[in-house]
Amino acid sequence: MKLHEYQAKALLRQAGLPVPRGEVVFTAEEVPAALVKMGTNSGVAKAQAYTGGRGKAGGIKLYKSADEALTYSKQLIGMTLVTKQTGPDGVKIEAVLLEEASVIKRELYVAVTLDRARANIVLILSPEGGMDIEEVADKTPERIKKLYPAWGRNIDASMAAEGAKFLGLEGEQAKSFADILEKLYRLYQAKDCSLLEINPLVVNDKGGLSLLDCKFDIDDNAAYRQKDTGGDENAGKDPSEVEAAKYGLSYIKLDGDIGCMVNGAGLAMATMDTIAHFGATPANFLDVGGSASEEAVTKAFEIITSDKNVKAILVNIFGGIMPCDRIARGVVGAVKSTGLKVPLVVRLEGTNVKEGKEVIETSGLALTSATDLEDGARKVAELVKGMK
Amino acid sequence: MAILIGKDTKLITQGITGKAGLFHSQKCRDYGTNVVGGVTPKKGGTTVDGFPVFNSVAEAAKATGANATMIFVPAAYAGDAILEAADAGIALIVAITEGIPVMDMLKVHNYLKTKNVTLIGPNCPGVVTAGVCKIGIAPGPIHTKGRIGIVSRSGTLTYEAVHQTTVAGLGQTTAVGIGGDPIHGLSHVDVVKMLNADPETEGIILIGEIGGSDEEIAAAYIKENVKKPVVGFIAGASAPKGKRMGHAGAIIDGTGGTAEAKIAALKAAGVTMAATAGEIGRKMAEAMKARR
Repeated sequence: MKLHEYQAKALLRQAGLPVPRGEVVFTAEEVPAALVKMGTNSGVAKAQAYTGGRGKAGGIKLYKSADEALTYSKQLIGMTLVTKQTGPDGVKIEAVLLEEASVIKRELYVAVTLDRARANIVLILSPEGGMDIEEVADKTPERIKKLYPAWGRNIDASMAAEGAKFLGLEGEQAKSFADILEKLYRLYQAKDCSLLEINPLVVNDKGGLSLLDCKFDIDDNAAYRQKDTGGDENAGKDPSEVEAAKYGLSYIKLDGDIGCMVNGAGLAMATMDTIAHFGATPANFLDVGGSASEEAVTKAFEIITSDKNVKAILVNIFGGIMPCDRIARGVVGAVKSTGLKVPLVVRLEGTNVKEGKEVIETSGLALTSATDLEDGARKVAELVKGMK
Repeated sequence: MAILIGKDTKLITQGITGKAGLFHSQKCRDYGTNVVGGVTPKKGGTTVDGFPVFNSVAEAAKATGANATMIFVPAAYAGDAILEAADAGIALIVAITEGIPVMDMLKVHNYLKTKNVTLIGPNCPGVVTAGVCKIGIAPGPIHTKGRIGIVSRSGTLTYEAVHQTTVAGLGQTTAVGIGGDPIHGLSHVDVVKMLNADPETEGIILIGEIGGSDEEIAAAYIKENVKKPVVGFIAGASAPKGKRMGHAGAIIDGTGGTAEAKIAALKAAGVTMAATAGEIGRKMAEAMKARR
């Protein structure tokens, strides 16, 4: 679940962290009142989108008057922003954050995230703020420091001091940095974050620290208890993925032409890999889950076939909890109700496999049976190659 | 002998009155597991299909002598259910539940450090010692008592490996699904160590997937310590970066976790890699033959 910058900054402010004054507007009409509230007619208009690289794409504008603030807000609201991260379709801008401009002396980087291997929250620091941190990690790893606070305690004073020193902060700045670090660490836990990234954390002309931009991602598993953050569980997802989720299906659209329907995430990935191994490309990842109903299987079929690129479909089921005959009835039902315009290869194994195969064979439908995963992937790959 | 579970296992089910909890308790009992009861708060004193129900794990443990539990409690309460089992002194905790918040699991992880218990999962299929005992949701009939130990993050890929080793005539000692979540109990390396030490296990299958670095850690251990033949498979070579592939932990992020890196690490450790999930059993059979 992702948060917009203005939502994230509201949470940072609530936590007592220093963020620039700002007001969000959803229409140009709200601009004059927002400027009055802020008490200044110069600042930065920032398009609100769940993506990085907004500046380069024209989503961030400096304004020096109320007129300019209005003009830019009008321009940004409703525009489609295409950045390096959004892909060619871009994202539609529905809100603009008007924010007081900061005079930047230095840009630093601070992030809180999870270190899986250590099963520990990690604080990541770098003096190279404002940059792509993955690039920094790649090219100049010595410019990155990782700190691991002990679970259930505040950040040690010595650890905070070590971080401040690494970033070149002293005296009052080091003190205020320690305070920021502690508050970020607590907020990360309180809001079930998966990533809380401040990039950049700036030193302004008055010597103060300020959190200029942030990424605030929340653990999807905890979305149910973090609804009041205003986060969007569907941010960055294809509409078909959102629709699939309603039926308990885990679906991810890809670029290839072979639709896949599989049970289990690992087997679904392995099925994609096997299709790729035989020189074809998967159109999607789809895990129907361990206890899908016939209705969900039908829905899965509709979603797969609604992808115009799909030229053939591979169903690969290892029946565990879900018996093969239930899947088979779902498949046959779906084909009969939606009609099938592309060839279909079915591989069933596991619980009630005999009954499942019988359902397929007596259905009267032109389905191709496969004996195992490799056989299924090879057959479906050959079918698609034959069409080209 | 096998590992983790056997004929001395006494299992309870947390969430036994739920649909999935009851169904799988029955399936485990059918397989031969000694299922001694279950826990559902406020339903203590009743029975469900012959299983006595208790209000708490402590009560159940006291009355039945249970030494293992499987958890089907909904995600929002599952973290607490694990803690409750640990407090009651249950030695083996198998958490089937999917979707537990990471922050809850961090709390669990840190708490369990202070307790002498073993956690498998969450978001896992459980563990089966072929022909003897089953905890979790794996289909029992595909297992055959034999010589191969299996460890995997994915449920259905565990079943594939079990099925294929059965077809290849090798059979299994114990198959362990460690689960697809980023913070979990036993990891690949923990299970590899157990299988390596188990005299009945002659070969090991390690199945991983994109995300994290569990497989690399296991590879480093295998390289130095394991003489038994090991066959590996990593799912997700064709997965795009930055997308969570079903499992919460199956994501390639900025810090790595690619299939390529994992495959390279395992190969360097002398592990025979299956190019597709379909040839795991075949590769294992070949590796067993090639032994001197």
